[in-house]
This record gives sequence, C-alpha cells and structure tokens, in this order.
Amino acid sequence: MAKQSNEPVLWALFSAGGVMAAFVIPVHLFLLGLAFPLGWIPAPSYEHLLALVRLPITRLYLFVLCFLALFHWAHRFRYTLYDGLQIKHLNELIFVCCYGGAIFGTVLAGYLLWNFR
Amino acid sequence: MAETISLEVLRYSPERDAEPSFQTYDVPLRKDWVVLDALNYIKDKVDGSLTFRWSCRMGICGSCGMMVNGEPKLTCATFLSNYANENKPVRVQPLRYFPVIRDLVVEVTDFMTKLQSVKPWLIREKEKPVSDGEYLQTPDQLDRYKQFSMCINCLLCYAACPVYGLDPVFIGPAAIALAQRYNMDSRDEGAHERMDVLAQHEGIWGCTFVGECTKVCPKHVDPAGAIQQYKLTATIERFKTFLMPWAAR
Repeated sequence: MAKQSNEPVLWALFSAGGVMAAFVIPVHLFLLGLAFPLGWIPAPSYEHLLALVRLPITRLYLFVLCFLALFHWAHRFRYTLYDGLQIKHLNELIFVCCYGGAIFGTVLAGYLLWNFR
Repeated sequence: MAETISLEVLRYSPERDAEPSFQTYDVPLRKDWVVLDALNYIKDKVDGSLTFRWSCRMGICGSCGMMVNGEPKLTCATFLSNYANENKPVRVQPLRYFPVIRDLVVEVTDFMTKLQSVKPWLIREKEKPVSDGEYLQTPDQLDRYKQFSMCINCLLCYAACPVYGLDPVFIGPAAIALAQRYNMDSRDEGAHERMDVLAQHEGIWGCTFVGECTKVCPKHVDPAGAIQQYKLTATIERFKTFLMPWAAR
C-alpha cells in the first residue's frame, strides 16, 4: 500500500460542502433575501425564527452547513492560490491558512450556536 | 470566399535555430480541405522541410494533434473553411506543454511513461486456461467502460489541461481515463494495483476539474468525468481502510 494521502478526506469535505452550498444556500437566499422581504410568501415573525434557531436540530443543521461550506471554501481557495497565483512554494502556508481558517470558522460557528440563547 | 488562405506555421529545428519562429504559407482554400491537407500541400509543393506527424487522416490514429489558432485540434478533422472568414492567418503550432523535436512534432515520452505506470491492460489474479473459453461480458458490462476505450492517445487533452501545464508531474487526463477503462472492465482484477499510482497527488488529486480535457476530446471520452468518478472511488476506499483496517489489501 502506498502512503495514505489526506486528499480523499479533504476532497470529501469539499465535495459535501459543494453539494450543500449548491442545494441549500440558494433556498436560504431565496426565502430570506427575496421571498420574505418582497412579500411573495408571508414572512414568519422574528420570535418565530428565534424559536426555530433555538431548536437543537436547527442548530445542528446550521453547524453542519457552516462546517461543510467552510471546508468547501478552503479547498477551492487553496487550489485557486496554488494554481491561479502559482505560488506553489508557499504550499504549506496556504494549506495551513485555508484549512486553519475553515477550522477556526467551524469552531466559531460551533461556539456561537452552542451559546445561542 | 477567397481562393487562398494563409497558414502561419511554427518552425523550429533545435540544432539549427536559437528560437522558434513562424513562417507564413499561402495554400488553396478548398471547401473539403482540412488543416492537415494544407500542411501536406505545403510539404509536397512549397517546402519539403516542414515536419509534422500524421497517418490515417480520419481521426483514428491520433498522431496529427496540433494547436490551431491556440486550440488543441486533430488537424485531420479541422476544416480550413472554418477559419476562412477570420481575415487573418491560421496559426498552426505544436501541441502545448510538450517539448518540440522539430517544427510541429512533439516529444511524447513523458506521456508514454505515465501511461505505462497505470498498467492499461487487463490484469488477472489467475489466468484461466484457454480450454476454459473466453471471458464473457454482457452489453451492460461493456457499456461501463466503452466510452473510455475510445481514447486514441492524441494528447489534445494534455495540451488543454492547465494543471499539466503548471505541474508536469500530473499523470494527466488520458492516462487516468485509460486506467479507468480497465478498472471498469468486468474482466479486470487490477484496480488495487492501479490505485497506488492513481490515488496520489500526481494522480487524480492534482486535477482541479477544469474540464478542458473533455471539451477538446475528439472522441468524446470525457477524461474529466473519469477523474471525478475515480476521486469518489478512491475516497470510498480510503474511508473503508480507515474504518476496516483489517480488510485493507
């Protein structure tokens, strides 16, 4: 067996994040950015949404959404820097910054959602 | 329609020229002529020193791939008339990212070595005796890999791939598609041997899914699809060995 690379794990997160971002985020944008403000669909009250976010299942969902979308970003941005700017010699730094950023964002999202009152 | 069309052809003879240069030739513009016909016209009637590869003239041999106006093309399937209205010479160059041996002929050893490394042949753990008959295959099993078997090794996909251009260690679209051609074959048992080569950064993970390889492929092989498909296979295998280390081979 050849040496095990980390790429499959990172790619799986990238892939899952891409699917999540492509399918779910447009729904959020449509509802909260267009349909509710323009009155196409009757908007729920602030209290209603607040109660919704307080539900553990909603928080879990939002956490997974943030986590996967951030890792999708990290992977894509890493390769954008790597190939786009051709700064291959900074590979380790790019790697740490991109995935480190995603980990930081994930932890922050977890912290905020956990402490949400 | 004008009666002639100009071709701007890259000329380079490493032992004679310090730098490659372009030479312009006027050739008759005929409706049924492809770029390769124009090159053959130049070679036969104008300048016998022009060097290029070609063989079948019908999109099977894969030897006449060149850059035509900056795009990787099989010159035997690229009609001159498509460029007639552009009012500028048609620029013909050797395939991008490969070293030039002379004029339009490129050095392809790099690809040949990579192709060999993925073992593009049927691997059997134990060959059955001839007396036991053929290895049978259903039409469905054939369909799983048939598309990838259409590759003619013309290397247009390498000339289109920015990842290969930036990072020549990348094993490249055609070699991965051909590996997948055998991986998907019901008669083959060599997938784990190929995985050692494919599931590396130089293998599938170098690919950032630009997709140009599939766009330029004259045989509709879809190497980009093969690579993404294999990324999923490799990821599943990786998780399997993580979760069930005892099952790893």
